Amino acid sequence: MFTSNKWTLTPIWVMTVMFICVSALVSAAAESEHTPTYNIGRPASQAEIHAWNIDIAPNGEGLPSGQGTVIEGATVYTNICASCHGLTGIEGPMPILIGGRDTLTTNQPLKTVGSYWPYATTLYDYIYRAMPLNAPQSLSPQQVYAVVAWILFRNGIIEESTILNAQTLPAVHMPNQKGFVRDTRPDVSRMVP
Amino acid sequence: MNNNDAPLAENPSSHSESSDNPETDSPLNRRTFLLTASSTLAVTAAHMLTPTSAATASSPSDPARTPGMEASAYGTRATFEHAQRLTTSTRSLTPLQQLSGIITPSALHFERHHNGVPLIDPQKHRLLVHGLVHQPMIFTVEELKRFPAESRLAFIECSGNSGKEWNGPKGRTVQETHGLTSTSEWTGVSLATILHEAGIRSEAKWMLAEGSDAAALTRSIPLDAGLEQALLCYAQNGEPLRPEQGYPLRLLLPGWEGNTCVKWLRRLKLMTSPAMTREETSKYTDLMPDGTARQFTFDMEAKSVITFPSGGQQLEKPGFVEIRGLAWTGRGRITHVDVSTDGGQSWQAAALQQPVLPMCHTRFRLAWEWNGQATILQSRCHDETGYVQPTLADLIAIRGTHSYYHNNAIQSWKITEDGKVHNVHI
Repeated sequence: MFTSNKWTLTPIWVMTVMFICVSALVSAAAESEHTPTYNIGRPASQAEIHAWNIDIAPNGEGLPSGQGTVIEGATVYTNICASCHGLTGIEGPMPILIGGRDTLTTNQPLKTVGSYWPYATTLYDYIYRAMPLNAPQSLSPQQVYAVVAWILFRNGIIEESTILNAQTLPAVHMPNQKGFVRDTRPDVSRMVP
Repeated sequence: MNNNDAPLAENPSSHSESSDNPETDSPLNRRTFLLTASSTLAVTAAHMLTPTSAATASSPSDPARTPGMEASAYGTRATFEHAQRLTTSTRSLTPLQQLSGIITPSALHFERHHNGVPLIDPQKHRLLVHGLVHQPMIFTVEELKRFPAESRLAFIECSGNSGKEWNGPKGRTVQETHGLTSTSEWTGVSLATILHEAGIRSEAKWMLAEGSDAAALTRSIPLDAGLEQALLCYAQNGEPLRPEQGYPLRLLLPGWEGNTCVKWLRRLKLMTSPAMTREETSKYTDLMPDGTARQFTFDMEAKSVITFPSGGQQLEKPGFVEIRGLAWTGRGRITHVDVSTDGGQSWQAAALQQPVLPMCHTRFRLAWEWNGQATILQSRCHDETGYVQPTLADLIAIRGTHSYYHNNAIQSWKITEDGKVHNVHI
């Protein structure tokens, strides 16, 4: 066994230990610094990132300021969307946006925003980035919030009086939010080769 | 498979000018023409099986006696060859039944796009790397080409390939049933190299990849998998990517569903969790009978198909037939392919063309004597994980018929006594 006097905490011993600990912390911090290998390319500016950083996360991160109402959305829909999705969002020819609730287990599942989409934020993301087909990324935040509100209202997900903005949109609960599971394949039993 | 039907070039001394110009204006030929033209189907079939009369008319009776064409700056295929993709506005299908080996010619690689093929000047194109990185970076295409390069052969298959076959035989030909898969040699820089250049923060677990097409198509990729295998590609089969394949830059995740291999790539963003984009929630998810949907179904499972004899083709007569096809798996290498010539009652091992590469089309062949009786041909592949290609019934028993994507079932081709080949489900 060790004798007690061999391990007395003298001031010089404590200082040595502290020095080692601080050195280790400094060295760990240095390791996490960015050390490019090839030095090819250049740093991106905040303005360049802002110009392209259009994705909207399920928690609402990325949503711009602005707002939209169901009433405004009806006008946006009629003027910009109805020619492809139909007068009320169910006629097509492009994907049906409304209805289909409780059909996913039937012989004719109808996958719409209301019956299938798990996050309301995805609707904002997609409409801004890709709609309308002939002029993607042309709608204003107000137009997108408004038409999202109209589609969600028509699906019975929000009230007609709801105003959508960066705070209220991520709070919208989608009926099929818990309908998705991770990949469980290979799911078909293997045979003996 | 009627390539040998064309007669040999005639000896000029034996006669005649008619071989250079078969469409003389004789009453007989006019009547033949009118009879043929009375059936559009017949005209189409004739066009597919034989050289066009225009090409025949311009070819010399003996090419050994006529000086040929001069060198050309950029080659084109022989005027007698007409294999082409089957197109709609948003996709085109590779003519697997007309290809040999494992490489898909770049011009015949299948297409899928969500709002057209963009026109991108590579001088103006940029890749932005940002999010959970130490230093957000911008790279030009020329800069990306300066990094250490890697090349590999890999298939890309759309997860919707064979998606119309869940509810009965729909496609007439293998191009229609399986034409959303192709193999190219891809060259680029590894994703890991580029992300390490920007510095990956420890919180980063997912990566959003975004295209600069008019759909700004976006998928979230688990970062670990991306670092392990992804390539940022600028070349396909030795030359810059084709516009349809993502020119000037695309992501390649070997063995994963095609839509994750984002084309016209312009942005990579590291994140803590997936972005839950439209493509990975409402579209490329697989609806199960209980109403839940599988999400992030990345792997393309082992699949094979006989390309000769295949739907719409015709065996001329009983006798020797080399059965030919393709097999591939997103989980490594194909280990063997079984072929049945009796509707699945018995199986024989097909020969695999070497080298067999991981995440790559593998060509298989089996010698067979067709006795002229009606029968059904099938192929069934195995991969190095021990997975065996399932029957459609096996898949439907677990997944139902509404998942649309990831149909890797065994394909059946029925040969009737007249030698015609048909898509059937048994």
